Amino acid sequence: MKRLLTSIFVFPMLSLPAYAQGIDETINSATAPIAKFIGQVVFFKIPVGEADLPLVVLWLVVGAVFFTFYMGFVNIRGFKHAIELVRGDYSDPKSAGEVSHFQALATAVSGTVGIGNIGGVAVAVTVGGPGATFWLIVAGFLGMSTKFVECTLGVKYRTENPDGSVSGGPMYYLDKGFAERGMAGFGKFMGTFYAIGIFIGALGIGNMFQSNQAFVQFVNVTGGAADSWFADKGWLFGTVMALVVGAVIIGGIKSIAKVTEKVVPFMAVFYCVFALIVIFMNYDAIPQAIANIFTGAWSPEGVVGGALGALIIGFQRAVFSNEAGIGSASIAHSAVRTNEPVTEGFVSLLEPFIDTIVICTITALVIGTAQVAEPGFALVGVQGIAMTSAAFEREISWFPIPLAFAALLFAFSTMISWSYYGLKGWSYLFGESLKMDRLYKLIFCIFVALGSMVQLGPILDISDALVFLIAVPNILGLYFLAPIVKREMDSYFSRIKSGEIRKFKQA
Amino acid sequence: MDSTFLVAVDGSEGSDRAIEFATERALAGKAKLVLAYVIEWSPYSFHTPEELAERHGRREEEIERAQTKLLGPVAESVKAKGAEVEQIVRHGHTAQTLADLAGEVGASQIFIGRKGESRVAALLFGSVTASLVQTSPVPVTVVP
Repeated sequence: MKRLLTSIFVFPMLSLPAYAQGIDETINSATAPIAKFIGQVVFFKIPVGEADLPLVVLWLVVGAVFFTFYMGFVNIRGFKHAIELVRGDYSDPKSAGEVSHFQALATAVSGTVGIGNIGGVAVAVTVGGPGATFWLIVAGFLGMSTKFVECTLGVKYRTENPDGSVSGGPMYYLDKGFAERGMAGFGKFMGTFYAIGIFIGALGIGNMFQSNQAFVQFVNVTGGAADSWFADKGWLFGTVMALVVGAVIIGGIKSIAKVTEKVVPFMAVFYCVFALIVIFMNYDAIPQAIANIFTGAWSPEGVVGGALGALIIGFQRAVFSNEAGIGSASIAHSAVRTNEPVTEGFVSLLEPFIDTIVICTITALVIGTAQVAEPGFALVGVQGIAMTSAAFEREISWFPIPLAFAALLFAFSTMISWSYYGLKGWSYLFGESLKMDRLYKLIFCIFVALGSMVQLGPILDISDALVFLIAVPNILGLYFLAPIVKREMDSYFSRIKSGEIRKFKQA
Repeated sequence: MDSTFLVAVDGSEGSDRAIEFATERALAGKAKLVLAYVIEWSPYSFHTPEELAERHGRREEEIERAQTKLLGPVAESVKAKGAEVEQIVRHGHTAQTLADLAGEVGASQIFIGRKGESRVAALLFGSVTASLVQTSPVPVTVVP
C-alpha cells in the first residue's frame, strides 16, 4: 500500500513539470463532460417557468418545511434551551470528561463552516441577485428543524464498538430505526444506500469543492489569474494539499488536525469581525443593501426565473453550506453520551443558525454593500470566493491574504471532517479493516488533488449531484422515523416543565 | 466518625506530604479521608470527529488508570494506618472541581500540597492551590 501511495503521488510529480502547462487544461477537458453527464442524470431539473428547479432543492426544502411544522417550530421553541445545553447548565459534573455538547457542536460547525460560507454565498448572489440572501436565511431557518431530527436520531441509534468508540449517523439510524418498525430489510437497504452516498459524496462537497476554492483564492492573492505563477499549476497546489491531508488522515499526524481544529473557530470569529467592519465601512450602503435583499426576494431584476430563480439559488447554496438534510453532522454529534438523545438535537439546531443565518448573511452583506456602494462592482469574470475577496479588498486592501489563509484552513478542516464522515460510510459497508480504511483515504487524497485542477462550474455540478445522492435516503428515512423523535421531544419538554429535568448549575 | 477530609492527590511530592498530614489529622479526629484526583479537562475545547468518537473509551481508561495506579496505592497505605478511605476521580477544572467535590462529599476541610512553583510560573499559569483557597466553601489546609 505504501508503495502504491508513493507511486501515485511521486510518479506524476516527476513527470508532470515537463507538461505542466497543459496539465490543468487536460484534466479539465477530461472531467468536464463527465461532470456534465452526472449533473444531467442525477441532478435532474424540473423547468418551472423560466427557472430550472433542481429536484434536490425541492426534496430538501419540502423536508425542512415538513419537519418545521411537524415538530411544532422546534427551531424557535428549542433555541433558548439549546444555548443552555451548550453552556453546560444541564451537564452532570459526574459525567465530566465525556464529549460535551459544546465540543460536539464545535466539531460539527467546523465541518460545516467552510468555503461555502465565503464562496458559495458569492455564487448565490451572482446568480440569484441580492434576493437570494433572503431565501438563504429562510432555508437556514427551516434547516434547523431537519438538523434537529437527524441529530437526535444519530445519538439514539448509534453503535458502540467493543473498543469503547462509537459509530453513528444516518446509516445506523436508517438501519436500526427501520428494523424497530419491522422493516429490517428495507432499513438495511437504506443504510447501505446512504453509506454509498456519503462516501462518494464526501469526495464532492467535502473535498473537491473545498480544494478548488482554496486554490482559487491562493492564486488570487499571489498575483491573480493572469499574473500568478501558480495560475496554471493547480496540479501542484492540489498535490501539496493532498499530501498534507494524507499526512493527517493516512499518516496519523494528529497534531496538524488538532491545530486546525483549534484555529478554525478563531478564524471564523476573525472572519465575522472583519466582515462586520467592512460592512460598517460602507455604512451609507447598508439600508439600501438590506432593502435589496427584501425586494430582490420577491421581484428581482435580471435574475433568470425571477423570484423563483432567486429562491432556488438561495435554498441551494444554503443547503450546500449548512448540510441540513445531508446527515453528515449527525455522525459527529452521535459521539455525545446522553440519556436524552433529544438534547443533541437541540444543540445541533444551532448549526444552521451559526452557519447560514449568521455567517452566510454576513458574507452576503459584505458583497451587497459593496455592490450598492459601487454599482457594477466585480460583475465581470469574477465568481465564487474571488468575488467575496474583491468586496473585502475594496475596504481593506490587505485582507485577501488573511482571507486566503482562512479559506485554506476552512477548506482543510472541512476536508478532515468529511474524510471521517466518508470513512464511516465506507466502513459501514466494508467493515473496519485497516486495509480498506487506507484505500478509502487514498482515494480521498486523490480527489483533493483533482479538485484544484478542474474549474468551478463542473465541480459545483458534481458536488450538488452528490449531495442529492446522500439526501435521498436520509430525508426519506427521516419521514419514517420523525414520529419517534416527536415522541421523545414531547416527553422531554413535558419533563422540563414538570421540573423532572433540572439545571445542575445554580445561576 | 463525624467529619470528612478531602485530600487533593496528584502524585507529586507535595501531595504525598498533604496525604501524610491529613492522615495524621484524620486518625486524631476520627475523620474519614476522601482522596480526590482531578484530571484537567475543559468541556469547551475543540476536537476532531475522530477524537469525539473515541472519547468515551479514553475517559474510562483515564479513570481506570488514575484509580488503580495513582489513588489505589495511596489508599492502601492510608488504610494500613487505620483510617477510613474513599477515592474519587473526576474530570474538570482542578480547583473548581475540588471545591465542588468538597460540597458533594460534605467535607469539613480540604488538604492540598503546595507545589512550590516560582512566582513567575504561578503568575503565568495560575496556581491550583491559590485558586482553590479563593473558591473553596470550606477551610483549606495548604501543606508545604
